[in-house]
Amino acid sequence: MTAQFLYGGAGMILFVLGVWSFLVHDPLLRKLIALNIMGAGVFHVLIAIAYRGDALAPDPVPHALVLTGIVVAVSATALALALGARLDETPADERQPPTANGRAPDEPATRPAGPRGDNDAA
Amino acid sequence: MKAHTPIDPDRRRDLSMLLGILLAAIGGLLLWVFSAAVATDPGPRLADLALANMQRSGVSNPVTSVLLNYRAYDTLLELAVLLTALIGIWSLGSASAPFQSAGAVLRGMVAWVVPLLILAGGYMLWVGGHAPGGAFQAGALLGAAGVIMRLAGDASAGLPSEIGQRWLAVAGVAVFALIGLALIPIGGGFLTLPPSLAKWLILSIETMATIAIGTTLAAAYVGGRPPR
Repeated sequence: MTAQFLYGGAGMILFVLGVWSFLVHDPLLRKLIALNIMGAGVFHVLIAIAYRGDALAPDPVPHALVLTGIVVAVSATALALALGARLDETPADERQPPTANGRAPDEPATRPAGPRGDNDAA
Repeated sequence: MKAHTPIDPDRRRDLSMLLGILLAAIGGLLLWVFSAAVATDPGPRLADLALANMQRSGVSNPVTSVLLNYRAYDTLLELAVLLTALIGIWSLGSASAPFQSAGAVLRGMVAWVVPLLILAGGYMLWVGGHAPGGAFQAGALLGAAGVIMRLAGDASAGLPSEIGQRWLAVAGVAVFALIGLALIPIGGGFLTLPPSLAKWLILSIETMATIAIGTTLAAAYVGGRPPR
């Protein structure tokens, strides 16, 4: 019971940390890593839910869902990395809209409305 | 295009702190809900149904029986997701330049590791029938073999020509869907595996899926249309 709660709770903390990093950091690569950490958190929770006590075998259905989820996450990450690599190859003045996809994490970027999307008002 | 104005650093720090506080509150709420859910009796679960019918699923590993028998539809679509991602990557243009050819030490290691990975992939595929393992783990090992070959200077990550890669990448979805369709006239329905044949059908689906997943992962690592 305690182990189950610790494992699932760690998953939720990972998920929240991922959301925070996704919203706060500008570079595409960091957002992608954040998205993967969010996914890892969800997988932790699903694995923890599958536990049914020491006497019974774990529920195989959430385990299968996690296996499916890992594959989907890997392929989505690969596609996003390929898109990001193409974006890097395009000269910055040809992009529409501009994004901060470089090295500087604190370089601000234009983004659609969101928690910090009030660039125009600043 | 109008130039964007940078946010004031102070304002930026305040906003990210506010976000941190909000997310900490959400995290606390999630933890509370989870602990309450864990403490209560979950009631009837799918696990009982899944474990009770495992004798008829053709495999004795419950996770494999969920993936390839009860929820085979999911796995078919999952292979389609992999294929779609690869098509997306290929549609973005040709691959970047390969790495330089490996030195003698790395080449010697690759010559050892790649056959071992292929062997381990085959073992993973077979063991999936009765213990943790299966097509995705085996495919991941094959994909890792491709990544190592690409890192050691092989431009195409050990994969065949472009037309060969297309066939290999499609093989998983194609065999899966064809077996599913072929089962309709026999009875049951799409992807309803008859218990007597289930083991061999699952093995053939998983074998083709392993090859397709390995090819897809290695080709995705190359990052574009195969070099000629």
